[in-house]
Amino acid sequence: MSSPTPSTPVRRTRARLSLARREAIWAYVFLAVPLLFFAVVRFYPAIQSFRLSLFTWHVDPARRDFIGADYYLELLGNPVFHQALKNTLLYSIITVPTSILLGLGIAILLQAIAHARGWFRAIYFAPYITPAVAVAWVWGWMYNANFGIFNTLIVDWWEFTERIGMPWLQIQPQAFLRDPDLALYAVAAVIVWQQLGFQVVIFLAGLQGIPRVYYEAARIDGANPWQLFRHVTLPLLNPVMVFAIVITTIYSLQLFDQIVNINFTDQGGPLNRTLSIALYMFEEAFGRARLGYAAAVTVVLFAIIMIVTLIQLRLTQRRLDY
Amino acid sequence: MRASDKVQRQLEAATATRPRRRVNAWSVLAYVLLTVGAAAMVFPFVWMLLSSFKDAREVLSPGFWPREFTLANYVEVLTRTSFPRWFFNSMIVAVLNTLSVLFFCALVGYVLARMRFPGKQVVFLAILATLMVPTEMLVIPWFVMSADFGWVDTYWGLLFPGLIPGFGVFLMRQFFQTLPRDLFDAGRIDGVSEFGLFLRIGLPLVGPGLAALGIFAFIGNWNAFLWPLIVAQSPQMRTVPVGIALFSGEAGAAWHLIMATSAMAILPVLVVFVIFQRQIIEGVVLTGVKG
Repeated sequence: MSSPTPSTPVRRTRARLSLARREAIWAYVFLAVPLLFFAVVRFYPAIQSFRLSLFTWHVDPARRDFIGADYYLELLGNPVFHQALKNTLLYSIITVPTSILLGLGIAILLQAIAHARGWFRAIYFAPYITPAVAVAWVWGWMYNANFGIFNTLIVDWWEFTERIGMPWLQIQPQAFLRDPDLALYAVAAVIVWQQLGFQVVIFLAGLQGIPRVYYEAARIDGANPWQLFRHVTLPLLNPVMVFAIVITTIYSLQLFDQIVNINFTDQGGPLNRTLSIALYMFEEAFGRARLGYAAAVTVVLFAIIMIVTLIQLRLTQRRLDY
Repeated sequence: MRASDKVQRQLEAATATRPRRRVNAWSVLAYVLLTVGAAAMVFPFVWMLLSSFKDAREVLSPGFWPREFTLANYVEVLTRTSFPRWFFNSMIVAVLNTLSVLFFCALVGYVLARMRFPGKQVVFLAILATLMVPTEMLVIPWFVMSADFGWVDTYWGLLFPGLIPGFGVFLMRQFFQTLPRDLFDAGRIDGVSEFGLFLRIGLPLVGPGLAALGIFAFIGNWNAFLWPLIVAQSPQMRTVPVGIALFSGEAGAAWHLIMATSAMAILPVLVVFVIFQRQIIEGVVLTGVKG
């Protein structure tokens, strides 16, 4: 502290110092319980996960043997993990662009209409907040190969095309969740259905935040609707777009609720074609009591999420061309 | 106003050759597309309800409407399973966690936004870092911890991971940052205690933030599945999502019962959504667009 100028009484400086100290002490009093919580429930477990992945599992900590990177090496060579990793990346590659493009499209349509905008927005958003577990059972029922509504409609359509004499329009009934080639796409459709409303809401807010004058100015310059979209809307939506991509990707890399419930009797689907990394971790940890190995799976998942997020932030932040 | 009127007129003059009807055609097309999309969004809910009103035989037959609406499936689920208990458990967990989230996230958000103290940046970054760790990475140590301390199959075991979410801290910090500093300085001069500044001056001014955070916390806890599935081991401690999953898994092809259970899990959330629709959507926008 610099020495007090003659005009400042010494007493006041001291009073201020103690005020600042008092404020700091109170701040830490208020933070005491939350900081303890973050240390014990967030930080310690994250480190513990990494530590557990280096030991064989035993309930008694004294009987856990250090095995170094063995579990990580086992992961690298495990075909079921490969399948889970491939499926999880496929879920991201399918659901993120699909839900963002559809969500942006719907937001643009909502922006274009004058009536019932709030109603439509609410309807599109509703699936996003409903419990994924219940939703997955409903979709599992609709996808049911023998009695599901989709195959019922396909059969109805079949008979209809027969009657009007256009059998070339016919579609075969599908096994959906039981079909190794189709199961992952069937699950991805549910994810898109549930995530769409989130994209609609944030893109609509983003669109409404773009000042009208930009469009008017561009229109006077003779821009056509595509140019307006490409050179006004898209660049100004960039922050929302980055947020939507990052959040949805992180979500898609952690899929669990829907995967477990949509095909409960055959979790992971035919030939593990719907198995996600999170479900694989769960089965290893709580189905086979291999907690150390499962911990290694979660460390790899964490690394994947970090790497993908960093790459996305790099790529999306660079593309700011106005 | 004048200038933009003039621009508007010029624009209209420039596009005068275009027939007006085309604009209407576009908006009709928008309504048609939005309606088709909305029907696809609603259909699974409708089909769930219709199936839940059919009896065991009819649910497997191709008809669309139930020949006879029956509530028997709901009665059977409520009497044959522990659904009321699951509902109670979910309520306890969701309500207690929501109260904790509201108090602690607001408190920490307030401290980070409005108080001056050494080490603030470190605390801020540390809480930020917790957002990057996926839940999957935490559940195994949580389970080991719960087993060591005897928290498995208890309400505390179900509760503790969700007591203070980092995201809520950031949401509340943003709200408190928008309040003018003078307000708190004036309070200090008037001799209001530090806790009083938070409780009586800060808190009443962040109502919209608390509303959004509270609803999110409630719905998030109500829908939670992974951790309750791990920590609830006896049928009596299951929450609604865990109960539905395990009951439906055992029910085999009893789709009429499964759809009734699903409806009972989804309807409370839809009711909350209908009541708080504006706050929920504004909350998503707040955390999403400005966050």
